[in-house]
This record gives sequence, structure tokens and C-alpha cells, in this order.
Amino acid sequence: MRELMGIINLEHERDVLSELTYYRCGAAVPFAGRYRLIDFVMSNMMHAGIEDIALFVRRKYRSLMDHLGEGRPWDMHRKRGGLFILPPDWNDEADVSAGELRHIYNNLDFFERGSAKHIVHSGSQHISTVDFNEVYEYHLEQGADVTLVYTKVTAPREEHRSCVRLDVDEDGMVKDIHYDHKHDAVYMEMFVMEKARFLEMADHCIAHGGSHFFRDAIMRNRHKLNIAGYEYLGYHAVINSLESYYRTSMNLLNPKTYNSLFRKQAVHTKIKYEVPAKYLNSADVSNALVANGCQIDGEVKNSILFRGVQVKRGASIHNSIIMQKCVIGENVRLENVILDKDVMISRDHKLQGDFRKPFVIAKDISI
Amino acid sequence: MKKKDVVAMLLAGGQGKRLKGLTKTLAKPAVYFGGTYRIIDFPLSNCSHSGIDTVGVLTQYEPLVLHSYIGVGSDWDMDRLNGGVFVLPPHEREDGTTWYRGTADAIYRNLKFIDQYDPEHVLILSGDHIYKMDYDRMLTYHKEKDADCTISVIEVSLDEAKRFGMVNTDENCRIFEFEEKPAHPKSTTASMGVYLFRWKLLRSYLLRNAEHPDTSHDFGKDILPSMLADGKTLYAYPFEGYWKDVGTIESLWEANMDLLCEQPKLDLNDPLWRIYTRNPNQPAEYISPTGVVRNSMINEGCTVCGEVEHSVLFYGVEVGEGSVITDSVIMPKVRIGSHVRIHRAIITEDMIIQDHAVIGPPPEDPSRIVLASGQDEDVLKLLQSSSSSHNNQG
Repeated sequence: MRELMGIINLEHERDVLSELTYYRCGAAVPFAGRYRLIDFVMSNMMHAGIEDIALFVRRKYRSLMDHLGEGRPWDMHRKRGGLFILPPDWNDEADVSAGELRHIYNNLDFFERGSAKHIVHSGSQHISTVDFNEVYEYHLEQGADVTLVYTKVTAPREEHRSCVRLDVDEDGMVKDIHYDHKHDAVYMEMFVMEKARFLEMADHCIAHGGSHFFRDAIMRNRHKLNIAGYEYLGYHAVINSLESYYRTSMNLLNPKTYNSLFRKQAVHTKIKYEVPAKYLNSADVSNALVANGCQIDGEVKNSILFRGVQVKRGASIHNSIIMQKCVIGENVRLENVILDKDVMISRDHKLQGDFRKPFVIAKDISI
Repeated sequence: MKKKDVVAMLLAGGQGKRLKGLTKTLAKPAVYFGGTYRIIDFPLSNCSHSGIDTVGVLTQYEPLVLHSYIGVGSDWDMDRLNGGVFVLPPHEREDGTTWYRGTADAIYRNLKFIDQYDPEHVLILSGDHIYKMDYDRMLTYHKEKDADCTISVIEVSLDEAKRFGMVNTDENCRIFEFEEKPAHPKSTTASMGVYLFRWKLLRSYLLRNAEHPDTSHDFGKDILPSMLADGKTLYAYPFEGYWKDVGTIESLWEANMDLLCEQPKLDLNDPLWRIYTRNPNQPAEYISPTGVVRNSMINEGCTVCGEVEHSVLFYGVEVGEGSVITDSVIMPKVRIGSHVRIHRAIITEDMIIQDHAVIGPPPEDPSRIVLASGQDEDVLKLLQSSSSSHNNQG
């Protein structure tokens, strides 16, 4: 008997990471040397014992499907339940549903077949180590219709501007939902509620032309619903722009931040069989994250190297993010740069961006 | 069961007495190698790349780690509908005997396992060696020669020849003589312990050998010399490439150090011949502002705040600030405090090295390789004395 089933809803996530989302949706963007953004919510659901996950995808999901497969790295390759990647279904002429409500309407089988009585809903843009079991227990204690997960952001940045804010009273109940960025309780696009209630509200929402469950079913009815707010206290980041991606990545080079994200519980990802990173005689690596398969014979400072990157002798990489299988030639100079997968920078070239606006090269480009 | 052309039998039961310390609670094939691997990963990955999808793994000594490590073999693409990897521990028989009496006896006791696949050929592998080999090429060679048995061989130096099973062949690579660890070798052609047999023939020799209690029940000492004496066609298959029998602490250390030159003979980074292994699921490694790493291999999950030179670090190792590690192999999840000095050492899994500890060879024997193991009382005393001597100074 499973308590929880998961919904990972990518329907409303915009492709806002410039070159990094030319060919893939945001959830499939590489992050932290080894991961994709989707790995964090997948791992959080796995650790909560969730074994049924519906993933609502919208566009450019080939890369995401390749990464997730049947969900084996998260123990989601099940005989009963497991991971379901659900693209849009455009076949029903009579279907009046829209947006994510269309996903729900077209996949009622998923909800009906699962034995769980409660759902956990999440997006992929909020990076955290939230414990969904704890949220669920809190939800039951509060006796709420829906429990929203939030965290307090006392020093907001540009990426928090578009986040929904909550007014939470001393009893932990949500009194208002809005976009007033003077309030510090940032909604993390995660909620828990009873499945039957969820489907009932979805049905009502469709009948009234809604396209966004949170906005049209919860936010608009916030004064009629009993809404609890669960305060999350661990590591948190929002990635909804190129600048937030770059800054969040660079922040992982702080050991305290790195440990708060990776040492609390394992983050699972697609398995790749690579040799350990090899540091050659002229390697000069300082304040860096380095994945397996790298071969380094140059200078790497304040940077993140993904799997299989080659850094040739005399190269210098500062404040940069170098994705899978890039080749950095001899004497290349890179600063404040993001290179997507399989980029080749031949010898003696120099590329420089600004620390607020990194210079991005799309995948497979050779310079 | 569907008929198989080849079934592989992997002998993974040995303790490896000369690796004492590493193998007190671990079978030798489960010993760590190369920053991310275990020794058994090599024959299993070779089978996978060679298209051999049915493997029996014969365990005996301390098998639990191997059993759970291999699992259903999904990391080696062995979780098959037809075939797969099977861990075969010894079991009590009618005559009351339990343990495998030798390499041949291990195969003999699993006749039923092999018979169910009715293979044309059986490939006998050792779980003790580090190498990449396409067994399919050996099979092709075996068929071309119409051999009863084909043995993979490698050229070794005269010095090394004294500790191997040596093979003497004619100009067509047909074998006419075996010499087991000869004091005065006639050739430098050593058996690698990789044998490819016609199954029906091998089966008859195993059955016959089982009836003779006064033998070693061993391929090298019994089965192969018998086949040769009976005039069967035995051929040597020449292998060229890196091959290491990591039978001692020194050779295990050496094999790890071999990987650190710019172009190692054993290319683990060949995308067409990946060595598959169980994924330890670690984040990218972190090299801190105070970290210095040169001529080393560092696996994921490591945090390096000190200096690492000419060393291999397995996953999840922590190196504290001000520590210096040279010419060493640090196994998974070792935690090394600050201002530690480690030189020419192998540090075993999960060890905690206190601040200011010094581990290295004694002045009277500077080329020795030190094994630091949690079960080694001398090392614990050394660690304590190092810590306490610093406390006295401070």
C-alpha cells in the first residue's frame, strides 16, 4: 500500500536558459558536474518512497527521456507503477481542457490505477532536499485541503521576482497567495493533497476553462480552501534564468553549500561508466568541481567540469562551467564562460564573459 | 533453456593469501582497483563486450560482498531473459563434502548449471587478473584451429616466468609441454589462466578426475596435463596488451600506479571497451582552494583540501588541509584529517586517519609499500603514537 504518488509538472516551465535550452527542456539541463535539474525532484520523491510518478512534459523532451530511461537509477522501473513520461495528447476533439489540466484529463488512468491516496506535486526549477514524507505527515496533522511547501528567502535575487509568495500565519496556515516580492515566503511549486480532492478540483477547473491547476484551482480559491504552509529549511535554489543557473552553479563551489546539497542524502542520476578524473603533471586545479572522465593538464579555478572534459596544457579556465566531453585546447583562455556539451575550443583562443552575464556556447560548436 | 555457444565460468573463490590484510574479510576479486573498480569488473566487462551473456561466478571465500556486488548483473548487461550472471557458492553433496577442492572440482560440481545451456564451448576465467580481452576473438581462433582446448598466453620476463604456469609450443602455437612455476624456464610464454574448452570433452575429463581423490582437482596440475598426455589438441592463443596478476600488495600498488602515466598501457578510457562497475552514486569531486592535485586519479565524491601527488583516490575520500599524500592508493570513504603525511601506502576502505598522522615505509626499508588496514594492530599503534607524540609537542 503506497501512501504517495508523484506528479512532476513541467507544463509551465519556460525554456529560459538561452542556448542551454535550444535543444532540451529546462529539466534536462546539466547541473553540478554530474546531474540534470530533474534529478533533484526525482531523488526527493524516491527517498520519500514514492513509486508512481507522472512526468508531464511539453516540448523538447527527447533529452529528458534519454536521461530518465525507465527510471532505473531512481528505482522507478517497477512491475507495478513506476515512472510515466506523459507528453501532450492532442487526439480528442471534444477535449476542452488546456495546459496542465489537459495532462490530468488525458491521464486519469494513471491516477485511478495508482493505489496511493495522496499526491505530491512538484516542478523541476526549485533545487532542494525536501523530505516529502515530512511534508505529508505535516499535511495530515494540519488537516488541510492542500499543503504548500515554501522557504524563506531573506535576500531575494532577480530569480525570486517571478516566484509566488505566501502569507503564512503563526499556526502554519496560508492566508494569502500573491506575487508581492516584499514577502519572504517563497512557494517552491510543491504541494501535497488528497488524490480524490485533487481530481475533483481538476474536474471543476476544466469545466471553468482553467489551464493552470495552482493558479486556477488553488490560488483563486485560496479564501475558500484550508491551506497549510510547510516551511522547508534546507538548501534551496531557483533556476529560472541563465543568470540564476550560473550563480547557483558557482555557489556550489562553497564547501558548505556543496555539503548541504549532496551530503544530506544521495542525489541519483543516470549511470555513466567513466574512469576517475585524471590530473596530469601541469594540472593546477583550485576551487573546482570535477566529474569522472576528465583529463586535466592546465589551470582550472572556480569552475565546474562535467564528465569527460579534456583540458590541455597551458589552458586556463576561470569562473566557468564546462559541460560533457568538451575539449579545451592548448593555451585557451576561458573566463565567465558556459560551454554546452561537445564544444571544442582549439588552441590559443580566448573567450570571456561577464560574471553577471556569462558567455554561452551552444552544444557541438567548434571554435 | 536455450542452447548457448559459449558459457563462461568465472573462478572467484580464492582468498589470495599474499593480499592478506585486504582479503581478510573480502574475496580477492572484490578487492578495489583503479580508483573506481573491483578486480572482478574486468572479466565481467570483457564477457559483456565479447557477447558472452551467460556467466557462472564460482564463489567460496567470504562471498557476501561479491554476491551483493554482482546482484543480477545489470551493471554488466547480464540481467537477461535467457542467460545472465549466476553466483554459484559451494553446497553440500551426498558424500558430505562441502568446499570446492580445486579449480576443476568447482566446475565439476556445477555440471548441471553448464549442462542446462548445452554449450559447445566453456570459457574458464580467473577473477584475479586485470586486463581487457575480446574473448570472441579467442573463440574464433579456437574454432579455426579446431582445438580441443585453447589457452590464452602472454610473454613475460624470465624473472617472472618462475612464478607462472609456463606453456611451450611449436611454431603453429600447438602446445607440447607445461611447466608449473619452473625454476629454470624454457620459454617466456605464460598461461593467463584463461581456458577455452570443448564442453563435451572437458565434461568427460572432469568426471574422470573426480574419481581420483589423490589429485589436486586443478586445471593447471591435472586436467591440462592429462589432455596433453592423451594427445588432445591444445593451442596457445597469444595475447598482447596489459595484463596484471595482482597477487601481492606490491603488485596491486604497482598496477594502480601504472594508471598514472599520461598514456597508460591499460586504457580504461576507451569508449568502445568501458569497464563496467557498480555505481557508488557520488557527486562531482571538489578540489578546494587549498587543494593541489598532480599526476593523480581522483574519483567522484572526493573532497581534497590538501596535496595529492602521484596517487589514486577512490570515491568519497576526504583529504584535510595541509595533508600530503604521495605514491599511495586511498580506498573508498577514507577520511584523512589535516596535516597528515601518507607515502607509499594503501589505505583500506572506511579508515579514519587522525590529524598529524604519519604513514609510510620505515627508514630502513624506504621502498616498502605500507598497507594500512583497520584490522592491522601495528598500524593502529603507529597512528596512535603519531597523534600522541604531536600532542606531547603541542
